[in-house]
Amino acid sequence: MNPPIRVLVAKPGLDGHDRGAKVIARALRDAGMEVIYTGLRQTPEMIVNAALQEDVQVIGLSILSGAHLAIVPRVMELLREKDMTDVKVIVGGIVPDDDAEALKQQGVAAVFQPGASLDAIVDFIRRSAAGGAGDIHP
Amino acid sequence: MDMAVAEKQHTTISGVPVEPLYGPEQLRDFVASRELGVPGEFPYTRGIHETMYRGRLWTMRQFSGFATPEETNRRYHYLLQQGQTGLSVAFDLPTLMGYDADHSLAEGEVGKCGASISSLEDMEILFRGIPLGDVTVSMTINSPAAVLWAMYLAVAEQQGVDWKAVSGTLQNDILKEYIAQKEYIFPPRPSMRLVTDTIEFGTRHTPRFNPISISGYHIREAGSTAVQELAFTLRDGMEYVEWALERGMQVDEFAPRLSFFFNAHNDFFEEIAKYRAARKLWAYAMRDRFGATEERSLKLRFHSQTAGCSLTWQQPYNNVVRTAIQALAAVLGGTQSLHTNSLDEAYALPSEQAVTIALRTQQILGYESGVANTPDPLGGSYFVERLTLDMEQAAADYFRRIDEMGGMIAAIEKGFPQSEIANASYQYQRAVEAKEKLVVGVNAFQSEDQPIELLQIDRTAEECQVKKLAALRARRDNGRVRKALDALRRAAEGTENTMPFILDAVRAYATLGEICDAFRQVFGSYQETAHI
Repeated sequence: MNPPIRVLVAKPGLDGHDRGAKVIARALRDAGMEVIYTGLRQTPEMIVNAALQEDVQVIGLSILSGAHLAIVPRVMELLREKDMTDVKVIVGGIVPDDDAEALKQQGVAAVFQPGASLDAIVDFIRRSAAGGAGDIHP
Repeated sequence: MDMAVAEKQHTTISGVPVEPLYGPEQLRDFVASRELGVPGEFPYTRGIHETMYRGRLWTMRQFSGFATPEETNRRYHYLLQQGQTGLSVAFDLPTLMGYDADHSLAEGEVGKCGASISSLEDMEILFRGIPLGDVTVSMTINSPAAVLWAMYLAVAEQQGVDWKAVSGTLQNDILKEYIAQKEYIFPPRPSMRLVTDTIEFGTRHTPRFNPISISGYHIREAGSTAVQELAFTLRDGMEYVEWALERGMQVDEFAPRLSFFFNAHNDFFEEIAKYRAARKLWAYAMRDRFGATEERSLKLRFHSQTAGCSLTWQQPYNNVVRTAIQALAAVLGGTQSLHTNSLDEAYALPSEQAVTIALRTQQILGYESGVANTPDPLGGSYFVERLTLDMEQAAADYFRRIDEMGGMIAAIEKGFPQSEIANASYQYQRAVEAKEKLVVGVNAFQSEDQPIELLQIDRTAEECQVKKLAALRARRDNGRVRKALDALRRAAEGTENTMPFILDAVRAYATLGEICDAFRQVFGSYQETAHI
């Protein structure tokens, strides 16, 4: 059997609304993954360092404040600097379609918008961790 | 086929089972004189006024704020022209967290979720042309509430308005930040001291201002059940009362100015029962637990807002309908003021067109539907009375458990309300996932969405705020600022009321960030332990 998928769930930025992050973290854990939740107000540097230390395959960023275009590119840049481009980054939150497209152009594997089902997220992580870089539109 | 599972469920949105029928059988323990009284009389189950909306409709108060104070000020003038009867300020995240617009952590967040206010100068612009003696203003600000309130009072001063005439509400409810919304700066105890400072200051100087709005709204948005919202909010209220008593105030001095804020969620009857139970529980707690005798101390006055978390991204026009139903529940529940969400708020802050429909929804309820003609029209309904009693008993259970833990701060430090809410929100999401709970357009009745026009906030607001701040820092008397901040730091180290010192700093144009930094140096910052 494969070892469990390791996922870092992170809340960047100043926003404290952690309902989504916590629900996702639990759902991934219930799906058999090893989940590390960073807690609130993490800078891109803190997130990438945690991802490195925890040796995760996936980073899930929860952003509801509209600051995604300021935060996510910085995370992607740091991952490239640290040679961690094999780590898949997924974003969940209030991200309009155009912005979601822009984030994917920068290497984000998937953007899950409000109403996305937990099953779809679990499924996507399983497939992308298995190497199938499934760029599905959630 | 999807619908079959959900149709068999018959539970409220909070998961409470609903019987097939309600009649006298379900109300055997119900004594109308004890449970209900009449509107305007103890225990106020039926409302805090004898005539309710026949005397005056609720205040239609749309929460709004975005980008620069200049732009928000224009929106306020627009809303007042449209017949809105009060203002409600939304601040952006850097302001909520006590950072100036030019702080590195503010990057990308300035003006996104509300208006950016870093100094008295911004506050002057926010209320330009708005007479603070006539318009009541509510401010959604918590950890740095004392500072923003001082800025507000300073603007009133400049307008020549007597503080005694200034009326409005400061949210200033830090406990629910630790519990739910998580916008805290300092640890709980120094934060409670600041809240108590504002209550004390308000009692002496601003008799028409509500220094706190004890809020269940955010608890509910974080995923709680209706009972949890009710119980944690009222127990928070009791915690504030205890702190004010410990400060040496008399309960009847400050209790009349405590106000509340509840969510108006989807489950129509459960929500109405929640408001009715809230009034009753508070009246009994104030009388029996705290010995209040003034009638005004016993009356729970509340604002309500329709449930942001119920709005869907899919088929956004359906949100108009959800909001109307939720608003109706708040009105039938006897709210004193109301915010109705806009159809586009699952995406962004509302456009002017969307916010107008939201306001019109209230006006239709108030002026066309006839629901405001008589108080508590659902009083005496077997179902609503049963729900009200059950809600009350379940909340009393939570009070007992929290009292046993040593009060709300101890409960928060244990993570108790936080984990109760996280469990409830996970269970609800699982129920949605299993289609035991249906969300129209999301897990049932899906269809293609038409794109809607959204309000865009770009980075120009940030650039503009940063520039203004640099100019202010160069222009002001920096010696005076330093002196005021030193005095503030010393006051924070001692036990004096900090409000006069905050006011001095604000008048000297010390910025929000500088004032909060002074407090950070004395009080430290708070980090919660992250639990899943």
